[in-house]
Amino acid sequence: MNKRVNLERRRQAIYGWLLLSPAAVMLSIFAFYPSAATFWSSLFSRGTRRRPSEFIALENYSDLFADPTFWVVVKNNLLYAAVTIPVSIVIALAMALWANSKIPARGFVRTAYFTPTVLPMIAAANLWLFFYTPGLGVLDQIGGLFGLPSINWLGQPQTALWAVIIVTIWKEAGFFMIFYLAALQTIPEDLKEASDIEGASRWTYTRRIVLPLLMPTTLFIMVNATINSVKLIDHLFILTKGGPSDASKLILYYIWEMAFAFFDAPHAAAMTILVLGVLCIVAAVQLFFIDRRTHYQ
Amino acid sequence: MSRLGTMLEQAGAILLAVIWISPLLFAFWAAFHTSSDAVSFNLLSPWTLDNFRTAWEGAPWLRYFLNTFLLVTIVLIGQFFFTTLAGFAFAKMDFPAKDFVFILVLMQLFILPEVLIVENYAMVSRLGLFDSLFGVGMPYMASAFGIFLMRQSFKSVPIELHEAARIEGCSLLGILWRVYVPLAKPTYLAYALVSVSTHWNNFLWPLIVTNSPDTRPLTVGLSIFGAPENGVDISVISAATMMSVAPLLVAFLLFQRQFVQAFLRAGIK
Repeated sequence: MNKRVNLERRRQAIYGWLLLSPAAVMLSIFAFYPSAATFWSSLFSRGTRRRPSEFIALENYSDLFADPTFWVVVKNNLLYAAVTIPVSIVIALAMALWANSKIPARGFVRTAYFTPTVLPMIAAANLWLFFYTPGLGVLDQIGGLFGLPSINWLGQPQTALWAVIIVTIWKEAGFFMIFYLAALQTIPEDLKEASDIEGASRWTYTRRIVLPLLMPTTLFIMVNATINSVKLIDHLFILTKGGPSDASKLILYYIWEMAFAFFDAPHAAAMTILVLGVLCIVAAVQLFFIDRRTHYQ
Repeated sequence: MSRLGTMLEQAGAILLAVIWISPLLFAFWAAFHTSSDAVSFNLLSPWTLDNFRTAWEGAPWLRYFLNTFLLVTIVLIGQFFFTTLAGFAFAKMDFPAKDFVFILVLMQLFILPEVLIVENYAMVSRLGLFDSLFGVGMPYMASAFGIFLMRQSFKSVPIELHEAARIEGCSLLGILWRVYVPLAKPTYLAYALVSVSTHWNNFLWPLIVTNSPDTRPLTVGLSIFGAPENGVDISVISAATMMSVAPLLVAFLLFQRQFVQAFLRAGIK
């Protein structure tokens, strides 16, 4: 009997690993090995024809920290995150509450909120170009009606990043709304009835009952929004290319530029490692605070 | 809640919806008008298809469409294959170090392929896949997200069905194929919708890995077409944009309920 249990266990182990191996190979090739290789290559200097690359330990990192552009980009990305995360969450919440309540034209409202989600970021950027173009764009035309001067939204350092931020919020709020909608539908009806009987206003009900119940969803969305604040940079290619004078440059765009426009892979690697570090912290937060609630059942 | 307040709120909801959809509507309108009419908002100006004609002739769109279509197909097939096997292993097999490996896999949720562009590019070149659709698709195939979804879905299959199939003499892969996969159909559908719309829209990685019109997907083609250096006017860009989002957008409008359900299922599980 014992022997058979042992045999079964061994069989399971072999099958388990066999089933896993294709995915394990792929993940190793395209996630784990590149992560390690990125770290390794961040420790070497850029090789030129005259001088082969050599081990320079953390010099690439200290170069980065001494590079004023790097700090501009970090600051931009922090502002980008600090605005897009809370604003898109608040808008998503408002959208979900509205799309879930009894309002006229609810179908249209839901579709309108969600549609940007299915568009490519590149296409979204093209649509917004139509708003931002100085002189011809929609925003300038509307401003013109009120006698405001023409503003080059994408062309001046004070507004370029904000123009990019607005496109990001527009793109992701509808996506986050979906998660809130799902969570709202799991809130039992009797809570609403009970608060009605108690004479609570709709605002009190929302604030004291709905919002606390939505907390796990909010945390889940927050993690997604944080990842997006690193990942969503496609529109930069169309709208600003990081300019003017780096005013709207974000980290991932800078990594791309470093590696594929300036051909400086070691510094790009060093920056990648820093980003991965931040993402790992986000991952840890997710594991410790929310995973139990949103993932493992 | 006063009546006035409710009405204000409803107005707010509808106003937000109008604002949210307006970029798309403007572009749609501009695509069918000459650029001078479009920028002057001459609502009575005549409709025209010239922009589409100009846009269509300006780039090998048919090829781009085909590339994107092939790309999402390749990615989806690859994802189904890898995530089904791995998800099944995590859901129903018992092997040493399983939990540890699972956490390793979940880590990939945060090691975004987008961030690893430098080394992934080197890897794809080394494998001889540069400027090929396989090169674009491969980093996404063993998706941790997909493995997680499949694991959750397979976990909910009652073990009795598994046992019954085994007593009937079904092999392990046979059980997976005949019992688990059919029962997980909704998950596959949800995953497919999310995956297709993600990869239809993906840009940065394809931009890096493709280098010729023969492999370029729509997003990359659109960005090159719309580049300011090319000096195309705004109506033509709108037409090209409308053209490239049309298939996904129409599919979304037709199957809206399924789309939303899919995103929900994929996100909430």
